[in-house]
Amino acid sequence: MTTRLSMAFIAVLILGATGVARAADKPTDPQIAHIAYTAGALDVDMAKLAISKSKNKDVVGFANDMVRDHEAVNVQALDLVKKLKVTPEDNATSTALTEATAAEKTKLERLEGAAFDKAYVANEVAYHKQVNAALETVLIPSAQNAELKSLLETGLKIFQGHEQHAEMVAAGLN
Amino acid sequence: MSAHCHLLPALALALGMGAFSARAETITVTIEKMAFSPAEISASVGDTVQWVNKDTFAHTATVKGEWEVMFPVAKSGSIVLDKAGTLAYFCRFHPNMKGRITVSAP
Ligand SMILES: [Cu+2]
Repeated sequence: MTTRLSMAFIAVLILGATGVARAADKPTDPQIAHIAYTAGALDVDMAKLAISKSKNKDVVGFANDMVRDHEAVNVQALDLVKKLKVTPEDNATSTALTEATAAEKTKLERLEGAAFDKAYVANEVAYHKQVNAALETVLIPSAQNAELKSLLETGLKIFQGHEQHAEMVAAGLN
Repeated sequence: MSAHCHLLPALALALGMGAFSARAETITVTIEKMAFSPAEISASVGDTVQWVNKDTFAHTATVKGEWEVMFPVAKSGSIVLDKAGTLAYFCRFHPNMKGRITVSAP
């Protein structure tokens, strides 16, 4: 199930990455802002599903951490785009990410108990890995504005932290 | 740990050997941009470590199985070092945030 998300997302990234050679195809700052915001908002959605479904203390605790951190990053992102007078622009990467996450959410909604917990946490590990790869290889190098770049770098550290946190929670579920 | 912990330094002071408590310092570690700064500090038993969270995210300083101090946004927290040794701590919310305290005997 994480495979579909990976494939869709990686396909878009590769398409984006091939474009790196030609500067014109790099994501623009308005697109980067949209992708980063979307990535955070989608993770908050998934976390809210986990908070409503899971009865595992560690899983619910992790989900609450995701809501708190990603909402905090996104508040900063919105403040920044307002300050820079940038309008986030929808794009193929945001769409692929949104569609893949919606498909994943549909699967998770059908699971209960320990099966749900394991699937949710495994997906969180995979999701954060993909977003980290996107930030490192495409989004941060492509960002033109220094403040946007700096916010993305903080975002990367947060996502890397969440990836490790998710791995710890996953290890505890076995 | 209250009774004898308070008594001993008091006794030492009364005897004119106040080295333990008189030198007790507070060492400040700033938490900013997802990192502890400085990440490595040295201290003596009896010193206090205070973390000041300047991030817009909540963090913790956690030593697995021993203690945890939680730092909500814009808050600080502290611990008193009560024994010598090396404390490797991390943030439970973001385990990629790591710090180390080397505590020497008084
Ligand atoms: Cu942290």
